Amino acid sequence: MAKTDTQGSAALEKRGLTDDQLRAMFRNMLQQRQLDNRGFQLNRQGKVPFALGSEGHEAIQAGAAMAFERGKDILAPYYRDLGLSLGVGLTPYEILLSLFARAADHNGGRQFPNHYSSKKAGVMSFSSILAAHIPHAVGAAHAIKMRKEAGRAVLVTCGDGTTSEGEWHESMNFASIHELPIVMLVENNEWAISTPLHLQMGQPEIWKRAEGYGMPGRRFNGFDPIETYANVKEALDRARSGGGPTLLEGTCYRFLAHSTDDNDMTYRTREEVVEHRKDDPVPRFERVLIDNGLMTIAEVDAMKKEILKETNEATDRAEAMPYPEAADLYKHVYEGAWQPWQ
Amino acid sequence: MAVMNNVEAVRATLYDAMKADDRTLILGEDVGARGNVFLISKDFINEFGPDRVIDTPIAEASIVGIAVGMAMEGLRPIAEIQFADFIYPAFNQIVGEAAKTRYRSNGEYTCPLVIRTPYGGGVRGALSHSVSIEALFYHVPGLKIVAPSFPADVKGLLNAAIDDPDPVLFLEHKKTYRLIKGEVPEGHYTIPLGKADVKKAGTQLTVVSYGLYVHWALDAANQLESEGHSVEVIDLRSIRPMDKTTILESVRKTRKLLIIHEDNKFGGIGAEISAMVAEEALFDLDAPIRRLCAPDVPAMGYAEPLEHEYMSSPALMADAMREMVKF
Amino acid sequence: MTSTTKAPALTDEQLVAMLRVMIAQRTLENRGFALNRQGKIPFASASEGHEAVQAGAAMAFKRGSDILCPYYRDLGLALGVGLTPYEVMLSLFARAADHSAGRQFPHHYASKKLGIHTISSIIAAQLPHAVGAAYAIKIRKQTGRAVLATFGDGCTSEGEWHESLNFAAVHRLPIVFLCENNEWAISTPLSKQMGQPDVAKRAAGYGMPGVIVDGMDPVACYEAVAEALERARTGGGPTLVEAKCYRFLSHTTDDDDRTYRTREEVEAHRKNDPVPCFERTLVVRGILTEASLDALKQSVLKEANEATDAAEAMPYADPATLTDNVYADGHEPWR
Repeated sequence: MAKTDTQGSAALEKRGLTDDQLRAMFRNMLQQRQLDNRGFQLNRQGKVPFALGSEGHEAIQAGAAMAFERGKDILAPYYRDLGLSLGVGLTPYEILLSLFARAADHNGGRQFPNHYSSKKAGVMSFSSILAAHIPHAVGAAHAIKMRKEAGRAVLVTCGDGTTSEGEWHESMNFASIHELPIVMLVENNEWAISTPLHLQMGQPEIWKRAEGYGMPGRRFNGFDPIETYANVKEALDRARSGGGPTLLEGTCYRFLAHSTDDNDMTYRTREEVVEHRKDDPVPRFERVLIDNGLMTIAEVDAMKKEILKETNEATDRAEAMPYPEAADLYKHVYEGAWQPWQ
Repeated sequence: MAVMNNVEAVRATLYDAMKADDRTLILGEDVGARGNVFLISKDFINEFGPDRVIDTPIAEASIVGIAVGMAMEGLRPIAEIQFADFIYPAFNQIVGEAAKTRYRSNGEYTCPLVIRTPYGGGVRGALSHSVSIEALFYHVPGLKIVAPSFPADVKGLLNAAIDDPDPVLFLEHKKTYRLIKGEVPEGHYTIPLGKADVKKAGTQLTVVSYGLYVHWALDAANQLESEGHSVEVIDLRSIRPMDKTTILESVRKTRKLLIIHEDNKFGGIGAEISAMVAEEALFDLDAPIRRLCAPDVPAMGYAEPLEHEYMSSPALMADAMREMVKF
Repeated sequence: MTSTTKAPALTDEQLVAMLRVMIAQRTLENRGFALNRQGKIPFASASEGHEAVQAGAAMAFKRGSDILCPYYRDLGLALGVGLTPYEVMLSLFARAADHSAGRQFPHHYASKKLGIHTISSIIAAQLPHAVGAAYAIKIRKQTGRAVLATFGDGCTSEGEWHESLNFAAVHRLPIVFLCENNEWAISTPLSKQMGQPDVAKRAAGYGMPGVIVDGMDPVACYEAVAEALERARTGGGPTLVEAKCYRFLSHTTDDDDRTYRTREEVEAHRKNDPVPCFERTLVVRGILTEASLDALKQSVLKEANEATDAAEAMPYADPATLTDNVYADGHEPWR
């Protein structure tokens, strides 16, 4: 699959997207990068203990989010899905509440950052345990099918590393047997912390496993938000209309270390990262929009300023909020009393 | 004698083991090129090669399972689970397979396997990077479990674990990795599994603990000493097998027992110790046995007040000790 | 893909030896069921329908060097790699002289000497062990050795199946994964077990060759497994072989397959019963006569009877040995 032409000389293939939608995807990408960087900054300033990087994933997440139907679909993300979470309706404020572990956070400050959930937005709660969320996503898809809810589907995401987990396999298998309304989107960024693809799997194209499950499989350029949108939309539409599951593999790259606790120079070269930076989806899509007359440089600039302002406001607002109280520790163990001896 | 912290103690011991015996190998996530997320096996892959320092796919059940197969065929694998919180998919391989290999084959097949994993909180690790798991596993015959937290103990028990012909779960408290330093004897030595250590002698109260908390218990005991009280602190070090002799000897001397552990109270290690002491030394006690443990909630939260409420502290431990001494 | 060496053609003696293993498997399996119905043993596992794949695979196995990681339906395979009917009956009767001293469920044979790994009843749990054993072979640079790991169709749904194939492929390990696809996992038909019916089609996703073979044809099974094992032994990495067979009986003596499938379906598959089919093949080719075939059956039956009587007469393990072999050094948790 050829990468999308970003020279802008040919007519832009919009794949059914309106100009507003294209701009909205770009905004999502900028917002993801801004908030991602903000997390790292706050960590370096000693204000938050931890943050995860998602640079390189902006296009695949904005594209997927654009195909997601708010109020209907369910998202079962993993901890690198900052942009996807924003794209399905979470706000920068909610993101910062999570980073700062405040009481007003969806999880009451209990979860690691980037483990957002929101019943309202349809974002399922998940842990840091890779692949543990995928059977949950399959169960949610099964509920949709059992209730005969046409027009709804589950979008579940994970990285390349997660596809080695037994639960990834068990989930794909079950979804295929029951032709469930679910799309598995693998964000293949080539690294699982320090494990490169060739140590993770015996052949590098994850989409090729689809045939073994009896479902369609596709691979596409995850640095291209439009390409991503088209693929995810096709798969979600198939799921929503009773056509069963799809395995999608979007290729991208993880530009930063795994998290603020990782040092990627211990296991890969700066040259490799710099080489991949040439494909950075954020400046690329910016050029696409400008070259195709969808935004002017001034408008891009204004958008960036607005996002920065939004981020700053969200940061200040979240930071000012109180932590949970000690007594909050004991809530929600069970519906009833928390004590084991009764 | 060298002074080192617990990361260095684990690292040095593993290095020596890899050098001494080429049946030994390390497998786990990020152990090779990255050298483990705490840098325990940094550069090992350059010296010992990728055959013996294996960066595995993300697949905990098979990290342990493959290690079981290697052990059954005479290699000496040291499997690493990156954080104890990730161990649950491997539960069957540990409990149903490794622990039962010798028993079900009546000795024909054995499983000389070490599974190392960092556990414990106090590092803002939240739900998936803070858990204590020993209570889930110490119940299982056929499995051994150790949790040393002084560098000299770490080296001696890790050597013993590697030599042990049966599967050993080696628990490393992550907060003690860089926090706790101590003198470590040179050369190869082992500390037998099933032997606790009296870290501070005393006469009025026996405190049994392990992991990070044994250090805090010692701080608390020293505080009580300055107030004129004498508290004995026993570092369990070994959870299965567990040292009955040392515990009973101490309890018969002090006549009071306080068990302190980081794990949840209900069904934790303290429960077994309490039952054993009640069965064997009831009339040697002048006060009810007491356990100071985590509340019975699923996890310590990420937010600081939540973690703080879940965990104990030297001050809280000192309070408990004071109450018991005065009982 | 890698080049494949054609398996050496089987001699007449070897063909007859395969048939003998097949007949012995059926005889001992039926013996287990009979003993259970007589109230003499609590439990036995079925394997009718698997005789061809197991005898064929066993013929490709190199005794004294290959390692077998079987599952609990591999009666014929175990016999074929050297386990005796007596050892099988000791397991069924759970006697002290059994390899596990009667601790294990029947059919969970292990023999260090023959290279048969100890297994549990947990489906797929043995596959990572098989992979670890293959890794040991590789790291010791022992060319000419391989691991044969077997399992049913149901096993392929397990996460540990996936993780095992993945790891073996990453490291190009000397292992053959042999699926004895008999279409049923207790009461779960293939259509409820997988999204498409060919296990071997998953091989490409892992980056290893996948082969489908007629599991009712012992010679075809031998050839497929022999090629795969030779590839493994010579550094060519793993293979996934799928032998399509059928489970004629219920899962075990505790199952009743009438509750979930029709007699018509079973009868239709009986037409392909590998044992009478291979008997006829050898007679038609003149390798056996009716008389020599009969003699073979009588010999197997006699062996089975002797093994049954000998095993039944053996004592159970002394209860005092309950605490043996918990650890190398005693069993007490409190020291």
